[in-house]
Amino acid sequence: MKVLVAVKRVVDYNVKVRVKADNSGVDLANVKMSMNPFCEIAVEEAVRLKEKGVATEIVAVSVGPTAAQEQLRTALALGADRAILVETNEELNSLAIAKALKAVVDKEQPQLVILGKQAIDSDNNQTGQMLAALTGYAQGTFASKVEVAGGQVKVTREIDGGLQTVALELPAIVTTDLRLNEPRYASLPNIMKAKKKPLDVV
Amino acid sequence: MAVLVIAEHSNGALAAATLNTVVAAQKIGGDIAVLVAGANVGTVAEAAAKIAGVARVLVADAAAYAHQLPENIAPLVVSIARNFTHVLAPATTSGKNYLPRVAALLDVDQVSEIVDVVSADTFKRPIYAGNAIATVQSSAPVKVITVRTTGFDAVAAEGGNASIEALGEVFDARSSAFVGEALAKSDRPELTAAKIVVSGGRGMGNGDNFKLLYALADKLGAAVGASRAAVDAGFVPNDMQVGQTGKIVAPQLYVAVGISGAIQHLAGMKDSKVIVAINKDEEAPIFQVADYGLVGDLFEVVPELEKAV
Repeated sequence: MKVLVAVKRVVDYNVKVRVKADNSGVDLANVKMSMNPFCEIAVEEAVRLKEKGVATEIVAVSVGPTAAQEQLRTALALGADRAILVETNEELNSLAIAKALKAVVDKEQPQLVILGKQAIDSDNNQTGQMLAALTGYAQGTFASKVEVAGGQVKVTREIDGGLQTVALELPAIVTTDLRLNEPRYASLPNIMKAKKKPLDVV
Repeated sequence: MAVLVIAEHSNGALAAATLNTVVAAQKIGGDIAVLVAGANVGTVAEAAAKIAGVARVLVADAAAYAHQLPENIAPLVVSIARNFTHVLAPATTSGKNYLPRVAALLDVDQVSEIVDVVSADTFKRPIYAGNAIATVQSSAPVKVITVRTTGFDAVAAEGGNASIEALGEVFDARSSAFVGEALAKSDRPELTAAKIVVSGGRGMGNGDNFKLLYALADKLGAAVGASRAAVDAGFVPNDMQVGQTGKIVAPQLYVAVGISGAIQHLAGMKDSKVIVAINKDEEAPIFQVADYGLVGDLFEVVPELEKAV
């Protein structure tokens, strides 16, 4: 089955951000940017599903500026097969991102879409749920374990009091929590190979 | 204006988070209705009707709503949301799960984890792990909001006398099913509602050593939390994690033991009234936010502290 993974370019999690003097936002000039940590976990889970023979193709998608190609190349180096950048220079809110992702889902028809549970810049924790609403798919948020079997995906979720397991009909949306997996590092040969993999900008 | 608050509950009991959310609703103003959705929630509905300041309680009692599956709860909320100007839910894992689905179905943006109400359409919320506060204005016809419960006091659980109305229509998407759950058992106070929290980090060394903190916590009537490092190392279960991606707490007293104080941990506890840090590294960033700090070996200091209490 085809797996779609959404990734976001954000301020690196180790950076201590500063608010601009005019209070109009956070100063992002010359600040180190990275892939959102929860998105790394999402990519890793997709790659593991492929290694298990469950997934056949992994498509990484990002909605953001031209520079987000860097994060998509990282996803390709980690094991994604191809990438799509929905280019925009505006700072979009979660609903607009979810609508852009919905358009990609309509075109690509993946069986599983994996997103991070939240981006560490806006801390919204909305996009996956909103994409599930727009597509009408079931959602497994805050996943700490994902098993695909027989047209269903079984998701163990981290909830306030402990863990909860739900079974979702495919296609479905899953958002990753911290303990789903330990993301791997991209090796140098894979980083070189990733430069040749297809990356479409729409 | 009319505000709908979606109640948080489990095992037939109304959760305290609902009471904080009602206070946020009061700051917005207007009539307040509470929605109780679940299976066999008669007692929860009665408890909700007693909350001070609540005018109406809407009850959706059906098997489809057990375990708060968002595929079923979201269309239910959407079916009544147009009668309200605001829809609020506590920013618990279940509120965070279903509410963005509601917002997208209504074609509006959601405002996540507000910590203050400036006016009926303007709210404050933390971004970048709490390192900045954004003031956001929403022009949506229905404002869909999750409420960070530590940002608001709790309303009185008694004193109200709301009417109870049953909602007849049942939404069952059948695209998801509850399989099971493993809930952590604890007789200590709930982490997010505790007045005192004692937390341990990587410095605890192993899970066994958390006994030191449990002993101290029991004497103080405190809840026990943990940093991500302690959870990842397997010392304690993940529902004890305090931080940006774990629980957000704001107790009267927060005791951080063997916790360095990474940005992501501070995001979950820096609104505590008094912060005490015990760490053997005097350079640890936790000392920058601590009101009282003790540089020393926790294995000597914590038992001494416990004896002194």
